[in-house]
Order: sequence, then structure tokens, then C-alpha cells
Amino acid sequence: MSKQGTLITVNGKSYGRVVDARLTLADFLRHEINLTGTHLGCEHGVCGACTVLVDGRSVRSCLMFAVQANGCEVTTVEGLAPDGKLSVLQQAFIDNHGLQCGFCTPGMLITLTELLREKPQPSEQDVREAITGNLCRCTGYAGIVKAALDAAQRLRNGAGKAGAR
Amino acid sequence: MKPATFDYHAPRQLKEAIELLAKLPNAKILAGGQSLVPMMNFRYVIVDHLIDLGGLDELRGITLGNGLLRIGAMTRQRDLEVSPEIAKHCPLMSEALRHVGHRQTRNRGTIGGSLAHADPAAELPAVCAAYDATVHAVSVRGIRQIPFREFAAGFMATALKSDEMIAAVDVPIWRLGHGHGFHEFARRQGDFAITGAAALLDVGVDNVVRRATLTLFGVTASPLRVEAAESRLVGQPLDAGAIRAAAAAAWLIEPISDIHAGGEYRRHLAQVLSSRALNDAARRAGVTA
Ligand code: FES
Ligand code: FES
Repeated sequence: MSKQGTLITVNGKSYGRVVDARLTLADFLRHEINLTGTHLGCEHGVCGACTVLVDGRSVRSCLMFAVQANGCEVTTVEGLAPDGKLSVLQQAFIDNHGLQCGFCTPGMLITLTELLREKPQPSEQDVREAITGNLCRCTGYAGIVKAALDAAQRLRNGAGKAGAR
Repeated sequence: MKPATFDYHAPRQLKEAIELLAKLPNAKILAGGQSLVPMMNFRYVIVDHLIDLGGLDELRGITLGNGLLRIGAMTRQRDLEVSPEIAKHCPLMSEALRHVGHRQTRNRGTIGGSLAHADPAAELPAVCAAYDATVHAVSVRGIRQIPFREFAAGFMATALKSDEMIAAVDVPIWRLGHGHGFHEFARRQGDFAITGAAALLDVGVDNVVRRATLTLFGVTASPLRVEAAESRLVGQPLDAGAIRAAAAAAWLIEPISDIHAGGEYRRHLAQVLSSRALNDAARRAGVTA
């Protein structure tokens, strides 16, 4: 029973695999189905780079086993821009210098996608609190916070969807 | 940074889960996994069997009755954080939850997991100590109700037997309009607290304190009720002097020293944070002290 079947819907497509029970959801995404947009910084729940949405909620995919996600719907950063068209939030990251090396970016985008869906009118404090679990070693966070607030504004003005369902 | 191999079990019913726990050697319960999985990734914890409670809907949810809030062990921290019932009847918990880890870990982390993990600096055990909660432990032998005072047995240790798991926790409800205060000091938002304080005050119309609890965490092996502070408050008119006297009782504790902070520093923090928590509680109880 150390191997187990798991059926996970990722970005709208379902994937059935028999995997080691100890395989994390992050490694499932990266190695089993080759979606390498989800990054692994620490593998023990500190950096937030591995954040994905599971049934619409942001979670650390390094702290969840793929077998636990059996029957769940997962959205990764790839799912934010389904046809290569960037989400409003992603465009705002580019326009506001919200990334440099980009390592933290998938986790930031996923976390902020959830925030904007829950709270279309976030304060700066809300944004800063939402990303306390996401470390960025490049930007100093200022550009990221600006990007999130800018995206919220654009979305309120009627631009597209935040990116994920 | 990958966990060692284990066998995975996903019971669909509580009965099945406790039978597995009673039967399997070197088995551990997987609740939200936000403490256990990092420990497994580091291989601090190596198990032969993991029993995932994620599929047990019967362990999820909040019910109100008999002067209690009953919270299922698998209720996610984030669900508690945004619950209107918790905000109304157990506001200290709502406030404490904002300090528990981060949004992503609260989306997975559960109340039962947090209590079973029993980190001395964790917020939810402190809230349970403050409200004198009762833990329901289940096993094939039946249900046991454990007062939180006895449940918190020591440093990352609980009164749970090896075949027992938490099914729910009962939090007694205080009168509507009671005041609460929660302050902690951590180096970064979301880190475990170096020291924290939680205060509850029920004040009568005559301004006299009817009930009071002051709980410190991060200072000793498990959450610590400062009884000397509580007895200085109950039956007394609530004013700045009474709060000062109560907070000063926090000087009497013997805190631990570790790599994060020395005992003297923790004692200082305990007194400052107690004072802040009590002042917030007084203000929310309608008293300007
Ligand atoms: S890789 Fe998951 S939190 Fe760092
Ligand atoms: S952009 Fe480099 S870590 Fe954030």
C-alpha cells in the first residue's frame, strides 16, 4: 500500500497515476505531469514558492501528498494563463516590476489570485498579510504589493477575470 | 527533503480510522499535515503507516448548544478564522488564528492537529487553555473527555494514549459582551511566538470583574494560566491599577530559555504582552481603564 492510485484534475484536465504514497503533490505536478511552473524552494513549508490552489484554496504543495489530492481540482500557475494569455494579475506583475528572478512568482500569483477572489477591494495591509507566507529574495515586496493593488483596481474597472476559477 | 516510505490509509469512517490506529504498528494520524509533513520531510518523523483523516466529514464542523461550541477535530483553521459563530462566541479564537502560520497553512491546518502537535508556542492550545476547553479523545475503547489542563501534558506531549485520537473539542461559551485580548511577539508574522498572552474578562455593570483568565504561551512546556493574575482581578473593580497588578503577576513565572530568547527576556515580554492583552479585553468589555 505504499503505492496508491490517485486521480487529480489539474487546470481542468484529469490525470490518473499510481504513485508512491510519499510523493508530494509538488513532485507529482513537476515530475509526473511535467508542469514545472510550480517551484520548490524549501520543501518544508517555509517559502511558499510551491503554492497551488486545491479546490480553490491556496496550499503548500510540498506539504501535501499526491494521494491526499485524490479527487481534487488543482490550479497551478500554468492554469492562470490557459491559452498563453496572461491574467490581469500577471500583467500587473509585469507592469509594476512585481518580479525579478521569478522564483517566488508562481506562489505569489496563486496566493494573490485567491486573495483577489475573496476580497476584490484589498487594502495594502490585506495584501501584505496575504503574502506573509511567500518569501521573495529579489523585489523587496514593494513591486508585488503594488501589482496586487493595481490588479484589484483593474479588475474592479472590469478587466477580465483574476485568472483562476 | 523527501519523506521515508510509508503505507497510506484513507478511512471513510471514524470507526475504521480508530480500528486502524489500534491495529497498525508505528502509525500516525495525518490531519492537516502542516507540522507533521515538514517533520516527515526532514525525517525527524518516520512512520510505517499514515492514517489520513481528510475523508472523515463527520469530524468537520462547528455546532453550538448547551453553552458550548463543539468543534470537530478536522475543522480547518481557515474555516474557524472566518466563521461567524466563532467570531461571535469565541472571539479570542478568531483573533488568535490570524497569528497561526500563514493563509496557505491555515487552509490545510486543523484544530485537532494543532492540539495534538502541542507546540508550546502554538496559539490554538493557548486559546483552549484560556477557555478551559475539553478534548474528546476516541479509540476502539470508547470516548474519553479530557479537560485541557490535563490534556496538555508537557513539551509537545499530550495525554492521548497511542490508540487514541482527537475527535472534537468543546469550548465553553462566555457571556456575550465579554472582552478578549491577544498579543504575541514573533520575529516575523506567522512565526511561532517567542511569547504570547491571551486575556478574557467578563465585567458586570457595576464594573466588577466576574470572570477572568490570563494565559501565557511560548514561556513554558505548555500554555500557562497565570492564576495569581486571575485572582487579583476577580471580584475587584476593573481599573488601570487592577490591570497593572494583574499583569505584574506575569513576573512570577519561570520561563524557558532557548536559542530564540532567554528566560529573562521572555519574562519581560510576558508582562508587557499580558498588560496589552488585558487592556484590550477591558476595552472590549466596555471598560476604559
Ligand atoms: S517549497 Fe513548499 S513552502 Fe517552500
Ligand atoms: S523575484 Fe526573485 S525571489 Fe521573488
